[in-house]
Amino acid sequence: MVPAPVPKHLTEGEAGLGLALLVGALLCGLASARVVDRPFAIHMSLFALAGLAGLAVILKRYEGRPALAPAQEIDGKPNYNLGPIKVACVAAMIWGIAGFLVGCIIAFQLWAPALNLGLEYTSFGRLRPLHTSAVIFAFGGNVLIGTSLYVVQRTCRARLAGDLAPWFVVLGYNLFIVIAGTGYLMGVTQSKEYAEPEWYADLWLTIVWGTYLVVFLATLWKRKEPHIFVANWFYLAFIVTIAMLHVVNNLALPVTVFGSKSYPIFSGVQDALVQWWYGHNAVGFFLTAGFLAIMYYFVPKRAERPIYSYRLSIIHFWTLIFMYIWAGPHHLHYTALPDWAQTLGMTFSIMLWMPSWGGMINGLMTLSGAWDKLRTDPVLRFMVVSLAFYGMATFEGPMMSIKAVNALSHYTDWTIGHVHSGALGWVAYISFGALYCLVPWLWNRRDLYSLKLVEWHFWISTLGIVLYISSMWVAGIMQGLMWRAYNALGFLEYSFVETVEAMQPYYLVRALGGVLFLIGALIMAYNLAMTIAGRTSAANAPLGDTLSGPAGLAPAE
Amino acid sequence: MSDAANPGTPTAGPETTGHEWDGIAEYNNPLPRWWLYGLYATIVWAFGYWIAYPAWPLVSGYTGGLLGYSQRATVLHEVAAVRRERDARGQAQLASASVGEIRADPALLRLALATGKAAFGDNCAACHGTSATGRTGYPNLQDDEWLWGGSPEAIERTIRYGARSGHGEAHVGDMPAFGRDGVLTRGEIEAVASYVLSLSGKPGVAGAKLDTGAEIFAGNCAACHGASAKGNPEMGAPNLSDAVWLYGSAPEQVVATVTNGRKGVMPAWEGRLDAATIKALAVYVHSLGGGR
Repeated sequence: MVPAPVPKHLTEGEAGLGLALLVGALLCGLASARVVDRPFAIHMSLFALAGLAGLAVILKRYEGRPALAPAQEIDGKPNYNLGPIKVACVAAMIWGIAGFLVGCIIAFQLWAPALNLGLEYTSFGRLRPLHTSAVIFAFGGNVLIGTSLYVVQRTCRARLAGDLAPWFVVLGYNLFIVIAGTGYLMGVTQSKEYAEPEWYADLWLTIVWGTYLVVFLATLWKRKEPHIFVANWFYLAFIVTIAMLHVVNNLALPVTVFGSKSYPIFSGVQDALVQWWYGHNAVGFFLTAGFLAIMYYFVPKRAERPIYSYRLSIIHFWTLIFMYIWAGPHHLHYTALPDWAQTLGMTFSIMLWMPSWGGMINGLMTLSGAWDKLRTDPVLRFMVVSLAFYGMATFEGPMMSIKAVNALSHYTDWTIGHVHSGALGWVAYISFGALYCLVPWLWNRRDLYSLKLVEWHFWISTLGIVLYISSMWVAGIMQGLMWRAYNALGFLEYSFVETVEAMQPYYLVRALGGVLFLIGALIMAYNLAMTIAGRTSAANAPLGDTLSGPAGLAPAE
Repeated sequence: MSDAANPGTPTAGPETTGHEWDGIAEYNNPLPRWWLYGLYATIVWAFGYWIAYPAWPLVSGYTGGLLGYSQRATVLHEVAAVRRERDARGQAQLASASVGEIRADPALLRLALATGKAAFGDNCAACHGTSATGRTGYPNLQDDEWLWGGSPEAIERTIRYGARSGHGEAHVGDMPAFGRDGVLTRGEIEAVASYVLSLSGKPGVAGAKLDTGAEIFAGNCAACHGASAKGNPEMGAPNLSDAVWLYGSAPEQVVATVTNGRKGVMPAWEGRLDAATIKALAVYVHSLGGGR
């Protein structure tokens, strides 16, 4: 090492981003002075503050950093960039708990509507998108961004591209979450399910997501491996498609650039079709492709087994990508949508069954020869159960897309049960598994604080899921049957409000299931926090007596 | 990573692809047969479905399918079938017969009650409750107290045109805001509220003078509610001497009613429900127990 002094300069990135943040902050500050509605004023001030804070952090960082940029390799080993990933993991855990908590609150509100407290801020209509966005985009999104930035580095043997860009992606994405969530509470919404944030939040996310795509592609570009690992195909499909879906579904004209309200450029059934093209592919590319990427890295890694079939991964990847994009119209069966579009939505959903199951087969069969590990490793058990729920939900989905079945299931709580078997069973469980793996690796710990607590988390939350989805199956099918029951004179047997009354006990069971799931997540957060703090539970003592020893699964940094 | 003793490297079994990423290798197992045949089967089925049903958009129009299926035609056909069946059961007569004639004909009455029950659940229950027992501000339809009359004909009229609904034929007549409009003082309102409550033996505001209240009542309230406070269905003025209190019988609730007035709205259903359904609703509501 030659300690020759190198003159320190602002990099182009630091200067450029700093300037952009300054200009952005000024513009937002100006806008906040001329607004036509209060939420917009709050959000513009928030943007301005965030811009100035970002600028301050860049300058502070410049002050403390060495003159040279971080090395790409140290002693021939890649110098992985783990900071932004750590932030994403912590954010995922915090948002997850917030999202599960709000889910529990609205579940109890459905059981006892008085629990909305008569306040606009705590009404069901505002808390429901807060719940869905918090769990899908805040919890799930941070897990996806965190794991993808980790996996792409490890499987390319290359440091993450960009210096500030990965930080911009993680922090910018979480700023979007804050803008979206506070907007819902203040009543800012464009009323598109899973795309509720208004135009200015959408523009911000477009910038952040574009940067994410560039960081991911540039890291792939500089890879030291001859081939691109399967998980990265899925991550890339997820990032590219979400960018396309987000932009098209959010095409809207603001009433004024000084206000929060905008109107979509599509109207009527076209708007509905674009919305569900977006909505279903958010399921397909965010909640399926993205989390399959997690599965393709973390399952073989944890099981210490090769992936079952490369051929299957190729075929099911391309069939999944090709077919998913067509399936959206099945959300609009028996509506003003033309017959032909309904047919295409349904038939492509049916053809999607086997491509979806390809991922399950590849995940489960990867465990052949390692099934015994399920007895001793609750983290692996989370991932295996997630694949089982994935298989179940991806069978149930095509079945519910069949028009005759949909005629019974549509608009009922069966749909809610179906979504949650996928969301709790698949998405959350594979995320839990990944976070349980990732936290010790990132913080260089030998193992988790307590595997015993992982066991508790597993069983409590599994019981919660079972209560949740079985109550919603029973309630939803009952609801559908009550809606279509006729008496001897050809009149509807039940009025709508009678079906609501009949649902009430099931709503309570569902809410209790949600509470169990939340308790499990709290146990997990405690466990991860203790792991980060470097503590080892007494139960794990034989494993963790020497933390400073050669870290078992820790990344080579 | 622990590259030295890489556990991901297979020691036996099928061939791998030869690549390895961060210690993860891949077998090159063939596609499971059942999986592949399952995929083919769903594709073949989809092609069959496309041939049978409307499926692919063309430059103008779309492929209609061999079965000639149309969702619109199906629903029109089914609605027509239901109409025919209901007409066979006397639905047409329901529209032309008077409420009295319906009640006199057992078959027609049965049909009217079934129609009324279904329509009540979907249109009325939101305010009056599924069992029509009402709640504060929304009258109980099970009892025999009727603001605008309890005969089948009067009920039909109320449903058809509503009360303060904006319809030209609607019932009109507000309870004035005696306090807000400065007609009566707070003390006078407490006195008259206490007097009114005393008619059904209920406690009023502590210390209020009942004889003053009686004088105020005669001067201000008797014109609509009657000298003996028995009410007047012509004006929608409720009976104040019984135990039924639409807006509550606590002294502060009655004081609030006199102070701010009441303008409860019943929507007009003419134009939203057909004549037969409105008649059926009137028969059904009348049958609930309190009809006059």
